Amino acid sequence: MTTDRREFLAHAGKYLLLTGAAAVAFDKVMAGRPAEADNYRTTDHWWAYAIDIEKCIGCGSCVRACKAENGVPLEPFYFRTWVERYHVRPEDSLHPEVDSPNGGYDGFRELYAAGDGSKSFFVPKMCNHCADSPCEQVCPVGATFRSPDGVVLVDKKYCLGCRYCIQACPYGCRFLDPRTNTADKCTLCYHRITKGKTTACVEVCPTGARQLGDLKNPKDPIHAFLKDNKVQVLKPQMATGAKLYYAGLDGSVR
Amino acid sequence: MPPVEQISGFMYPNEMELQWSLLIVLYPYITGLVAGAFILASLARVFNVAAVKPTYRLSLLTALAFLLVAPLPLQLHLGHPERSFEMYLTPHRTSAMAMFGFVYLWYLMAVLVLEIWLDYRREIVEAWKESKGIKRVLYRALALGADNVDEESLRVDERVGRVITIIGIPSAFLLHGYVGFIFGSIKANPWWSTPMMPIVFLFSAIVSGIAAVLLLYMLVSWLSDRPVDMACVDTVARYLFYAFAIDFSLELLDLVHRIYEADESFRSLDFMVKTKLFTSQIVMQIILGTLLPLGLLGLIQVVRVSEQARKAIATVSSLLTLAGIFAMRWNVVIGGQLFSKSFLGYTTYKVQFATREGLLPAVLLLLLPFGILWLLLKLLPPWKDEHPAGLPEVI
Repeated sequence: MTTDRREFLAHAGKYLLLTGAAAVAFDKVMAGRPAEADNYRTTDHWWAYAIDIEKCIGCGSCVRACKAENGVPLEPFYFRTWVERYHVRPEDSLHPEVDSPNGGYDGFRELYAAGDGSKSFFVPKMCNHCADSPCEQVCPVGATFRSPDGVVLVDKKYCLGCRYCIQACPYGCRFLDPRTNTADKCTLCYHRITKGKTTACVEVCPTGARQLGDLKNPKDPIHAFLKDNKVQVLKPQMATGAKLYYAGLDGSVR
Repeated sequence: MPPVEQISGFMYPNEMELQWSLLIVLYPYITGLVAGAFILASLARVFNVAAVKPTYRLSLLTALAFLLVAPLPLQLHLGHPERSFEMYLTPHRTSAMAMFGFVYLWYLMAVLVLEIWLDYRREIVEAWKESKGIKRVLYRALALGADNVDEESLRVDERVGRVITIIGIPSAFLLHGYVGFIFGSIKANPWWSTPMMPIVFLFSAIVSGIAAVLLLYMLVSWLSDRPVDMACVDTVARYLFYAFAIDFSLELLDLVHRIYEADESFRSLDFMVKTKLFTSQIVMQIILGTLLPLGLLGLIQVVRVSEQARKAIATVSSLLTLAGIFAMRWNVVIGGQLFSKSFLGYTTYKVQFATREGLLPAVLLLLLPFGILWLLLKLLPPWKDEHPAGLPEVI
């Protein structure tokens, strides 16, 4: 078999190119941080979220950070994440007093005096990125979809603005963006997490009450969170496969 | 967008905006009239109820007039109406709403238009042959160029028409039962989420359609100086009474079930019905829109009254029924959005006037089918004794 010079150069060039690509990829693989790889693979991740109720101080930093990072309209009707304050009297835990002034954007004014036998706590809320999400189920054109890495997203170029998904969400996590006339919701800062960063709300939380987790990464601290705490999801009877886990969630929370 | 002071208790922040407006109340109302009118027509055709024959063609034309308008409130409501065609191109298989386009098209083209065409074919061909100018072109187009109206072909028309009506009955059930399913399948909303919803929607549709055709029959007869066939009015009124009795029983069953079960949402919904929905639910829907017409219609079943009184009772009952069913749609659609899914608070819906989803477009959309019906009546007169272009009857 003879190889002429032209053929040899073509083969050599090909092999050189492939070795280079493999070398780049190998670095990332060895670092054990696939999320930081340039070639983020959706099938390598399964995102979830954890909130420790005991740690939330109701400062509203997460709400502000979310609105700033994602350009959420500032009117008090639209939130990708918000914070609720619960005030529960022990004798009437089924009927808590709840408020969320401006979604907790400006924090909370002191309302309840200590020592009257009742309890108060904050509950940060956001999209539960349900594995069996009712919003995704009802979208007539599939503009709302679940990404292979477990994030519920909206294709704004495709959404009809019929608002069926808003009706179908049991948690009130969706709204119609008045600027685009399309459905909007928490994206789990998809533009950040696919680049190896965490979400804006987690980034700014001063007490570490919020935590992003990748259930497919065995080294992720979320596994310890789920193991060490008594965890609960919102409205478990809805069977939505919610992936927003709360530690220390009181039974009065809706 | 309601000002914050219209909120009582606690609502999730994103819930402060009401998502589905008056226009979405119109959608089940209008499709209900379509389905109901068609069911009445099929009574005459399939079940051979001779007494309601005078309303057969009017029912079909009424159904068509309303069906043509049915998607308009939806289009006007969409954030991106220009994308609505995507529902045909890339329907999402798990979405109840995605099927609307297909159910609608099936019902419009495969059932209603075809049945009307077959039933009117002979008259259309006659009008085509006898008229001149634009009228001739129009009727020729309506006849689709087919001018064979000999006995054999008319017999085929009759047979095919009958089959279509038979297919049409489950289709009408599908059309409106399906609209009920859009609401009934939303598990997040306890006011909507019940398997009773499609059935209740269906029976209320039949009730509203019968009431509408009954009214229109008397109105059109009066306007065109034709005698009202009292046997027909009495029979249709009797069917209205029966359908209404079933509808009300189903709604009562739903109500009793909710009250007796009293699940986690009950306190919230109960409060809502006694306050924000009191006028539209208790007064309009149940007392004025159901009990009163049921009582009146029941009265003429058992007490012998004069023809004039029966006509008056049929008219008043039909009007009340139509108002009551509208209130029912309102209570479902708007009522389902007045309470928070946290069951801790309530909001208010204020109808605006000359906005995209306000009262003005809603009224215009409700009037539009009557305009279309008027045109259809001109084009395709429902009276067997009168033919398009004023032709004498040809046997």
